[in-house]
Amino acid sequence: MRALRSPKVLAGSALLLVLLLLAVVGPLIAPHSADWQADRTSGLPLAPSGRFWLGTDQQQHDLFSRLLTGGRDTLLISFLAGLFACALSVVVGVTAGFVGGLVDDLLSALANIFLALPGLLILMVIMKPLPPSETSDPLLIGSVIALTAWAWGARVLRAQTLALRAADYVEAARVIGERTWRIILFEVVPNLLPILASAFIFTVIYGIGTYTALAWLGVISPASVTWGTVLNEAQSSGAAVNGYWWWYLPPALAVALVGIALALVNFGIDEVINPRLTSARTGRARGVVFRLGLTPVLKSAAPGPAAAPSNPVPLKEAQP
Amino acid sequence: MRTLLRRLGFYLLAGFAAVTLNFFLARLLPGSALQNALAKLRGANLDPAAIRALEAQYGTGADHSLPSQYLTYLSGLLHGDLGLSTSQSAPVSSILGSTLPWTLGLVGTATALAFVVGTLAGIVVGWKRNGLLDGLLPAATFFQSVPYFILAFLVMMTLGYFGGFFPYQNGYDIGRHAHLTPGWNGPFVTSVIEHGTLPALTVVLASLAGWVIGMRNMMITTMDEDYVLVAAAKGLPQWRVAAVAARNAILPTISNFALSISLVVTGSLVTEIVFTYPGVGWQIYQAILTGDYPLLQGILLVVVFTVLAVNLVADLAYVALDPRARKEA
Amino acid sequence: MTGEPVLEVRDLCVDYGVGPGGVRAVTDATLTLRRGEVLGLAGESGSGKSTLAYAVTRLLRAPGVITGGEVRFHGPDGVLDLLEADAATLRRVRWDQISVVFQSAMHALNPVARIDAQLTDALRAHRARLGAAERRERAVELLRLVGIGEERLRSYPHELSGGMRQRVMIAMALALEPRVVIMDEPTTALDVVTQREILDELMQLKDRLGFAIVFITHDLSLLIELADTIAIMYAGRIVELADAQRLFHSPRHPYTLGLLNSFPALHGERVRMEGIPGSPPALTALPAGCAFHPRCPFALARCAHDVPRLTEPAEPAEPDGAPAARSAACWLHTGGEHVPAPLARVLGSTP
Repeated sequence: MRALRSPKVLAGSALLLVLLLLAVVGPLIAPHSADWQADRTSGLPLAPSGRFWLGTDQQQHDLFSRLLTGGRDTLLISFLAGLFACALSVVVGVTAGFVGGLVDDLLSALANIFLALPGLLILMVIMKPLPPSETSDPLLIGSVIALTAWAWGARVLRAQTLALRAADYVEAARVIGERTWRIILFEVVPNLLPILASAFIFTVIYGIGTYTALAWLGVISPASVTWGTVLNEAQSSGAAVNGYWWWYLPPALAVALVGIALALVNFGIDEVINPRLTSARTGRARGVVFRLGLTPVLKSAAPGPAAAPSNPVPLKEAQP
Repeated sequence: MRTLLRRLGFYLLAGFAAVTLNFFLARLLPGSALQNALAKLRGANLDPAAIRALEAQYGTGADHSLPSQYLTYLSGLLHGDLGLSTSQSAPVSSILGSTLPWTLGLVGTATALAFVVGTLAGIVVGWKRNGLLDGLLPAATFFQSVPYFILAFLVMMTLGYFGGFFPYQNGYDIGRHAHLTPGWNGPFVTSVIEHGTLPALTVVLASLAGWVIGMRNMMITTMDEDYVLVAAAKGLPQWRVAAVAARNAILPTISNFALSISLVVTGSLVTEIVFTYPGVGWQIYQAILTGDYPLLQGILLVVVFTVLAVNLVADLAYVALDPRARKEA
Repeated sequence: MTGEPVLEVRDLCVDYGVGPGGVRAVTDATLTLRRGEVLGLAGESGSGKSTLAYAVTRLLRAPGVITGGEVRFHGPDGVLDLLEADAATLRRVRWDQISVVFQSAMHALNPVARIDAQLTDALRAHRARLGAAERRERAVELLRLVGIGEERLRSYPHELSGGMRQRVMIAMALALEPRVVIMDEPTTALDVVTQREILDELMQLKDRLGFAIVFITHDLSLLIELADTIAIMYAGRIVELADAQRLFHSPRHPYTLGLLNSFPALHGERVRMEGIPGSPPALTALPAGCAFHPRCPFALARCAHDVPRLTEPAEPAEPDGAPAARSAACWLHTGGEHVPAPLARVLGSTP
C-alpha cells in the first residue's frame, strides 16, 4: 500500500513496535523488580546516576525498572479498551446506519449523549468505590473505559454506513435478495475498515490517557506498577514542586510517545480514507504552485506519447 | 423552528439522563464499597443531621422507597441543592460557587482562544495549501496525541520549573511574602494572569492543533466545491473567494466543536490538578483523595450541564449560520 | 458566420499531474470562437472537452497543468494571451469578459448566500462605482431577463427549483455583459421540458446581447440544433471541426459518424442506430497512432502508429467551392486513400 511508504507512517510503526516490545519484555530486562528498594532508611529521591539510570523515588525504587515494568498493563488496558470500544461502535454505528428509522434516531441520540458526557469524570465516580481487587483486573478496567469511548467511532461509522448503504453495489445485493447480515458482513464492513482503524487508534490514545489519569489521581490502584502509579506517587510526594523531574518525566514521556506513535500511524490511514487532503501536494515537489483559479502554465514539460518536439523553453510559472 | 425544538428536546433528555444516571450511579455500585465510603463519613466530623441527609442521599440509612428518594433528589436539584461535601462540611453548591469562576475563567478563555486562533489558522493553511503545514504537522501531532495532563507536566517542567518564565503553582501568589488581597486590584489580577498562563497555554496547545487541522481539512474539502470555483471565475478578490470557502467550511467545524467540548473540558479540569489551580479540577482531586462522594457527583453534574449548554449554543450558532438548517423545520 | 474572432486557442496542451506521473488530457487543441457565435464542444465523458474549456479560462483545478499553446482573447483593450496573464489581469477579464455557467447549479451556487448577494458580488468587484441601489436594480433586471420575479432576490439557493437555479446561474453569468460565456453541460441536470425552455431563452438572450458561447455537452443532437460550429473531441484531441450543418450531413471523421449514428434523426429516413463498438480509452493507456483506431471500422494500417493531424480534408471537395471551414484528423482524408461512402457525402446531396 502506498500509505505504508510514507516516512511518518514508517516512523510511527517502528516506534509503536519498539514500545510494544518493551512493554512485553520490559519486566524481564529491567535491572531490578518494580518493588525492589535500594535502601530502606533514606527518604530522599536520588537523581539519575550511573547506578540508577533514571534515579530513584522516595522509597528508593529504581525508576528505570519501574518505567520498563509499568508499560505492560498500561498498553494492555488501552488496547483492550480500544478493541472493546471499536466492537461497540461497529455494532451501534452499523446498526444505526443500516437499519435507519427509529432505531437510528435512538442510537444516534444515545451516541450523542455519551459524547457529551465527560468520560473521565464518570469513570472516577464509578471506579472510586471499587475495591482494588477489581480495579486491577485489566479486562474489567478496559471494558469500563470502552463504555465511555465508543460514541465517537459509532458516529463516524454510522455516517459511512449511511453512505455505503446508498451505494449501487449494496443496493444491488439487496435487490438480489442477499441476506442483511451477509450484506453487512461482506459488503459494508470491509469498506469501513480504514475508518475503523482510525477510530481504534484514537480510542487507544484516549484509553491510555484515561487509564494513566485514573491511576495518577489514585482513583484506581493497579496491582502491578504502571506509569500512572509512578505519576501518582510523584504527585502525592510533590515531586514537581521539589524538582524531582526524573520521577514523573519519564513515565509522562512514555505515555506521550505511545500517543505520538499511534498518531503517526493514523496519518497513513488518513491518506487512505481521504486521499484528497494529501494529493494536492503532489505537484509542489516539482516547483509547481497550484492555486485555485490560476492553473499553472508550464511550457516545457511534455510527458506522454504525444511529447512535443524538443525545444527547451525555460520552466515558466503561472505566477509572476 | 421545529429543528430547534427537537434539539431542545434532545438536551432536556440528555440532562435528564445525566441527572438520573447520577442518582443511580451511587446505588448501582457494590454495596460494600458504598458502605465503606459511608463508614468513613460517619467517622468524619459531621453532625447527625448531616449524616442523616447523606444517608438519605445515598439511600442507605433511610427507609424511604426508591421513587420517593428519587423525587427528593430531583426537588433538591431544582433548588440548587447538590448535597453536602463530607470532607469540607459545606454544601457542594457553595464549594462550586467559589471554585467555578476560576475554572470558567481559565478553561473558557483558553478554549475560546484556541478555537478562534485555530480556526483562523486552519482557514489560512487550507487556503494557501503550501508547505507551511508540512512543517507544522509533526508538532501538531505531538500536541494532539498527548493526553492533557501529560502535556501539562511537560509544560510545567519546561516553561515553569526549568524555564522559570511563569509560576506553575496555585491560582495566584500565596507565598509567604505575598501581600495580595483577592479582588479587583492590579497586583492580584496580574498575579492571577501570571499563574493562569501555563495552565491556559497547556489547554491551548492541546486543543489548538485539532482546530487547525480540522478547519484546514474542511477548507480543502470545501474548496473542491463548484461554488468556490465560481467565486474565482467571477474575478472576485482572493480574500473574497477564500471567504466563500471559509464561510461554508465553518459549519462542520462548529459541529465538531460541540462534539469535542466534553473532552476539552475534562482535559482542562485535569490540567488544573497538575498546576494546583484552585478551580473545579482541583476539587475533583480533593474529592478523590478524601472519598468525598457528594462533591465528586456534584462536580460531575455541573460539568455535564456546562457541556450541554455549550452544545446548545453551538447548535444555535449553526442554525443561525446555515439557512438550510433553518429550512428543514 | 464569419465575425471577428474573440477567442483563439492554439495548440493547447493540458496535463493532469506533473512529471513522470503526468497524463496528457488535451493535446494540441486549436479552435476559434467568433463574436456572437455558438461553438459546440462534444465528445464522450473523459474526452477532454471540459478540461479544454476550464484550461482556457485558467480555472482548471489541480493537478491540471497547461503545458503548451496559447489562448488569445480579443478584448476591448486589444489582444491578451490568457496563458501569459498574471492573477490581477485574469481577475479583471473574468466575468467581465468571460463568464462560466457550471453543469450543476445545485453545486455552483453558494448554499449560504442569498441570490441577490450572489448576483451582485461580481458587480461590486468589477464595477466599483455602482452604488448598492444600482446593484440591486441590476440584480432585479437580470432576474427578469431569465424570467424570475424579484421576490426571489432574498431567497437562498435551496429554496429554488432546479430550473430556477440554473436560470439564476445564467443571469449571474450575464451580469457584466461578457463577450464570451462558457457553458459546461448547462442543462444536463434538468428535465427535458425545462431544458428546452432554458435553451430557447438562452438563444434569444444571445441574439439580443451578442455574446458568444462555448457550449460543452455530450449531446451532439442538441449541438447540431444550437451551435454554429462544432468541435468533436476524442481522447483529448479535436478530431473534427466543422459548421453544424456540414458536420451533421457530411461527417468526415469515423468517430463523428459513430456519434451521429448513435441517436435517431427526427426527420429523414430511418437508419439503423449503431453506436460505436468498444469504449473510450483511458488517458493513461492511449493506443499508439490514432487513439480511435481500435474502434474504427475503417482503420488503415498506418492508423495504428501515426497520429493524424487536424487538417482540411483533401477528398471529397466541397461542392460550394467555399474555403471549407472544416477539418478532420483522419488518415482517410489526407489524399490517396479510398474514402468510404458514409464519410464522402457532400453537403446538399442526399446521403
